[in-house]
Amino acid sequence: MFSFVAKRLLGAVPTLFVIITIAFFMIRLAPGGPFDSERAVPAEIQANLNRVYHLDQPLIGQYWLYLRSVLEGNFGPSFSYKDYSVTELIWDGFPVSMELGLTAVFLAVIIGGGLGSLAALKQNRAADYTIMTAAMTGITIPNFVMAPLLTLVLGVYLRVLPVGGWGDGHELKYKILPVVALALPQIAYVARLTRGSMIEVLRSNFIRTARAKGLSEWLTVTRHAARAAFLPVVSYLGPACAGIITGSVVIEQIFSIPGIGRYFIQGALNRDYTLVMGVVIFYGVLIILFNLLVDVLYGVLDPKLAHR
Amino acid sequence: MLRPRAAFGLGMAFALLTMTSTLALAQDLAETQVLRIGNGGEPATLDPQLSENTQDHHIERDLFEGLVIIDKDGKVQPGQALSWTLSPDGITYSFKIRPGLKWSNGDPLTAEDFAWSWRRAVNPATGSKYSFLFFPIKNAEAIVTGTDKNVDDLGVRAVDPQTLEVTLKAPTGYFLPLIGHGTFLPVHRASVEKFGNQFTRPGNLVSNGAFILKDWTPQSRIVVVKNPNYWDAGHVTLAEVDYFPIENQNEELKRYRAGEIDVTNEVPSDQVDFIRKDLPGELHIDPLLGTYYLGFNMTKPPFKDDPKLRLAVNLVIDREAIVTKITKTGEKPAYSWVPPGLPGYQSQFVEWQDWPMAQRIAKAKELYKEAGYGPDHPLTVDLRYNTSENHKKIMIAVASMMKQALGINSSLVNEEFKVFLETRKEKKVTQLFRDGWLADYADPNSFAELLQSVSGLNDMGYSNPEYDKLVSTASLTVDPAKRDELLEQAEKLVVTDLPIVPIYSYTNKRLIKPYVVGFDLNILGYFYSKNVSIAKH
Repeated sequence: MFSFVAKRLLGAVPTLFVIITIAFFMIRLAPGGPFDSERAVPAEIQANLNRVYHLDQPLIGQYWLYLRSVLEGNFGPSFSYKDYSVTELIWDGFPVSMELGLTAVFLAVIIGGGLGSLAALKQNRAADYTIMTAAMTGITIPNFVMAPLLTLVLGVYLRVLPVGGWGDGHELKYKILPVVALALPQIAYVARLTRGSMIEVLRSNFIRTARAKGLSEWLTVTRHAARAAFLPVVSYLGPACAGIITGSVVIEQIFSIPGIGRYFIQGALNRDYTLVMGVVIFYGVLIILFNLLVDVLYGVLDPKLAHR
Repeated sequence: MLRPRAAFGLGMAFALLTMTSTLALAQDLAETQVLRIGNGGEPATLDPQLSENTQDHHIERDLFEGLVIIDKDGKVQPGQALSWTLSPDGITYSFKIRPGLKWSNGDPLTAEDFAWSWRRAVNPATGSKYSFLFFPIKNAEAIVTGTDKNVDDLGVRAVDPQTLEVTLKAPTGYFLPLIGHGTFLPVHRASVEKFGNQFTRPGNLVSNGAFILKDWTPQSRIVVVKNPNYWDAGHVTLAEVDYFPIENQNEELKRYRAGEIDVTNEVPSDQVDFIRKDLPGELHIDPLLGTYYLGFNMTKPPFKDDPKLRLAVNLVIDREAIVTKITKTGEKPAYSWVPPGLPGYQSQFVEWQDWPMAQRIAKAKELYKEAGYGPDHPLTVDLRYNTSENHKKIMIAVASMMKQALGINSSLVNEEFKVFLETRKEKKVTQLFRDGWLADYADPNSFAELLQSVSGLNDMGYSNPEYDKLVSTASLTVDPAKRDELLEQAEKLVVTDLPIVPIYSYTNKRLIKPYVVGFDLNILGYFYSKNVSIAKH
């Protein structure tokens, strides 16, 4: 197991290097630069700005400079949020996005998994149809419709929860709506995945064997079927998790949440080169880690696979 | 002639109203004096010399105070400077700093603080985008552009702790309004030197305005509290101001309706009808010194050397329809370049602006024909704008107005913002494009210089030597009346040459809770929280 993880981590180094290189040159291909705005400035001032941020050097030189500072753990200063470094922005925002994201994923697994299993067990009966209709609705209604609707009803009309904001970061009331809005489509997705694979598993030979041995239905499902049925959910959730915990642009904008999701979009729109690079590398690392985690979990859940 | 007078009357009535309400207020104050403002986006920085966005400047005007203040009527008032004199040759300003001024940490504030901050602004190593605003000061341009390596050559000098002497390159009639801009705010030298780019953090930031920075959570909120060391602290009622960076206007509106903020930054135009009906009296619309316009590429056919065609296009655009049906928030139809509302300056009147549309279209048809176009040979034109729902609606309206009246075939081309800026600047493929301008300072010069042929913002490529000369002469003229007259003459050339299609002058639109007293916006969109109080509610 240890050598498997170590090997995978070592293999990640060239992957990251390729990600950094491609991202670095791609963002530079985009027309315009970080200092272009409606208020154009004299060429000399543009040159001053470029000098201050080392943009006056040849691109390849900038690339080596960037690689070196990344190796030192420094993602450079942000061009669009000048008082902060990219590292600070990511470290300030990530805990917020992660807290929301992990809670949403947790809810998705518990509720989605539970509902999905229930639907599978009651296949083609009222409970199944209800759950699947709800799930289908959950998947098809996008976040940017669901979230404003929730805030309008619960925040503006009923005034039971705040419409947006984050308070000082410790108050539960600010977190409920964003978590719900973030979790709903995930719950729906996980429910559908679980139902599908559960139905398949329940028809398989080892379940028939378990039943034939006289095992109670409850134990059959929880001990044997659930483990196998969750495999597709795990492989979905791995990469999805990386996406969810790095924040949703939509959710963060709608609820004014200080996470890092918005930096992916704003960084690109502002041509904030260092911020874009920072979040891309960060996201790349997370994806690699989560895929690794999925593979390890597979080994635990599926006896057919064993890591040596 | 009637309109300005009516506006003046209204203004007077309003002033009286606010005066009486302020007087009545002393005993009617709410217990918690906290103002919560929607502030658009996250500020890029709170470093006055580096700031360029309005959301940065709103906060900085509460944290810092410059030599002068631009008050709610757009006029220059004493700020940290108590008074000033100008030498007879119009070259040397001498500012008397208020006695006994202090920074928020108790350090004395002197003329040298201003001198140092201004040198910091022009120092190329600072990387200040707005350093060009200092160009009227002696040697500023040479320092910014690197030909003079010694920042101490800048024409500012602390004669003594209370006197700041500013030497200009040449007489500059708009110098006082100019230094009302945020880049001229002072910073605390010791903390800048100690903390570097982290001097703006809560705990590090030392400021000289009515408020001090208490908390800053990026993308969430900025909290400032009353500064007891501010010279006029006795008149500051608010204990705290919270700024929320809410980018999405619809969400901002919801937070306002839920009572989470007291003042919004904007108003979504598609909600205006609802707001007028359901939140009566809370929508405040004030004129803003800016013009939304279309630019003609004057360097390429079809609009190059064809004033008749440019006039024809100008005639058929129904501004009234655009502001009443699309933008809907009190925007004023524009026919000239400088928006109304600048004290002393008379914006140009265009003879056809009051004609009925039918007459304008008839005239346009004539001109269109004379320019060599007609039903068999219609003009085909690219209408270019940066991707945005609001621009799109306006461009569709413009295209259909040109099609209906003259049969012009236009194709709408939208581009991502930064791409658009670049194409517009290159002047290679553009024909007719969206543009807009908000004044940097409350003076017609901020508009006039944009259309000079050397201006980096003149994406039309408009070049008229007579215009250039009028504007340069005006900027060297000290007598305000004479200067305004020269600039008015220059604007007359703009409405004759028509390098642009003015569409409307911008407005400031905010929702303000009825219990917020004294939240006044001037023509630059400036407000000062030190004048605000919260009434009992």
